[in-house]
Amino acid sequence: MNKPPNKPPRDWLKGVLSAYDTVVIGSGLAGMTSANLLAKMGHKVLLAEHHYNMGGMATWFKRKGGHIMDISLHGFPCGMIKTLRKYWTQDISQRVVQLKNVRFDNPQFSVNTSFDKIDFTHILRERFGIMKEVIDEFFVTARGMNFYDDLVMTTRELFEKFFPGRTDVWRFLMEPITYANGSTLDDPALTYGIVFSNFMDKGVFTYQGGTDHLIKEMKQELLRNGVDIRTHCMVEKIYVDDKTVQGVRINGQDIQCRSVLSNSNLLTTIEQLTGEEHFDPEFIEEVKKVRLNNSSCQVYMGIKKGETVPHVGDLLFSSEADEYCTDKILSKDITSRTFSFYYPEIRPGTNRYSIVSSTNARYQDWANLSESQYRHDKRVLEQNTLDALEKYVPGIRKKVDHVEASTPKTFKRYTLHPSGTSFGTKFEGLKVSRDLPNQINGLFHAGSVGIIMSGWLGAANYGVIVANETDKFLRQLSPNLVTASA
Amino acid sequence: MTIDEVRQIILNILADIAPDEDISSIDDNTKLRDQIDLDSMDFLDIVMELRKRFNIEVPEKDYEHLATMAGCVSYLTPLLKDRPLAS
Repeated sequence: MNKPPNKPPRDWLKGVLSAYDTVVIGSGLAGMTSANLLAKMGHKVLLAEHHYNMGGMATWFKRKGGHIMDISLHGFPCGMIKTLRKYWTQDISQRVVQLKNVRFDNPQFSVNTSFDKIDFTHILRERFGIMKEVIDEFFVTARGMNFYDDLVMTTRELFEKFFPGRTDVWRFLMEPITYANGSTLDDPALTYGIVFSNFMDKGVFTYQGGTDHLIKEMKQELLRNGVDIRTHCMVEKIYVDDKTVQGVRINGQDIQCRSVLSNSNLLTTIEQLTGEEHFDPEFIEEVKKVRLNNSSCQVYMGIKKGETVPHVGDLLFSSEADEYCTDKILSKDITSRTFSFYYPEIRPGTNRYSIVSSTNARYQDWANLSESQYRHDKRVLEQNTLDALEKYVPGIRKKVDHVEASTPKTFKRYTLHPSGTSFGTKFEGLKVSRDLPNQINGLFHAGSVGIIMSGWLGAANYGVIVANETDKFLRQLSPNLVTASA
Repeated sequence: MTIDEVRQIILNILADIAPDEDISSIDDNTKLRDQIDLDSMDFLDIVMELRKRFNIEVPEKDYEHLATMAGCVSYLTPLLKDRPLAS
């Protein structure tokens, strides 16, 4: 249906206040969680999202034939239950369920695991022949790593130390984490240790009801707490004067605020929204060193109504490559894929299945293709993925009635992240993100940074950490805060 | 507020943060972390609650004072002693 001519565009800012305590830019899990917390603390919060949907990368889409595709639902560590309970609602947290069948299949090994410490210990002993003492020591070392460790050791060196030459063990330990946060053997070992230990605690989890249900529940909770949610609202500028946040421009309209919490990409926040001229040159030097993490390709396969898929696993790390290789993992002809299987239990009552394949990818491999080449390469990606899936789900082509691919370009379009990065920045981004408020009063950033603050749990918890800083800042503007000192 | 009242306030905050834990038998001189399942996010929650309920700001360098119940009480009592028991 065509829009009638001369109809004025809808004003998505209708009824907006002239000033807020905090404007949160972007409604990813970090942005939503911080907005919710700040509102509960009594602040006036505007949450601005450029897209029509909320959730950022925690998102989904629907297609003809009753298909619902989840982008990043499977799976997060157990800690998410606590985070959802404390910063959202008891009801939301109670929908978290464990994914019990994680599967690896590659030329080096084929194993099933519940993906926790007990089962990993067992597999490392029985399947890979590693001595119990070495395994225990590895777990203790990984668990003991923290933010204050020195950054010299890489994950490769950590593996080399405990499992020298055992590329099969490295693959077993690394492939799932690469899927979870885009990290590689060459990233700091502590980023591996923290994320791996989070998973090993109790296993890998998902949300029953699907991403759409989760985000809908979160939206209701935000509204209950008084957050002013505005979709279709692009924040174009953060106004700074005298090293202090003054306001923002949204859809061409100026709105005052005492603080900004940006869930936009870190580099976008600094370079485009704020402007380098407002920061110290030494700080900008550090900003220039921040590397973006990689992006992704996904293939979404919707199973026909009435068709079924046997229970072949919840997450399947599949590869035809001889070994895990950091360079190859980003290449366009990668055969290493993670299949997420969404069975009817995920959306009880629907009796529908979908399968999503994820691979890591580089933006530049997709950005500069002609339109016809881009379409062609997407088709190739879809067909290769179906070929690979045939091994696990025989007759898959007869079962699907919707297949569609996304590329780093797709991720860029929906998240506006530079180079479509799906895991924020590498480790050095965390310090820059934490330092923002020291540069500009009232300017905060929360979102996927530093590898450890990535994924659903990392992003949501980082939202809490930064909401705490923002709350502290806002209360210090009013005179009666008592600062303790021992 | 008395010492006992301050202690009760800490217990109330802990009960909100860790509802599945038995906080009635907390030993005042043993680290909270060794008695109930508390991670660094939970300690952040304690700090946020103190700010929200009493407008008290605990600087990061002082977080160590919150490690035990006895530490919490001796750290917070001087700040809360002139306040009436409320909220």
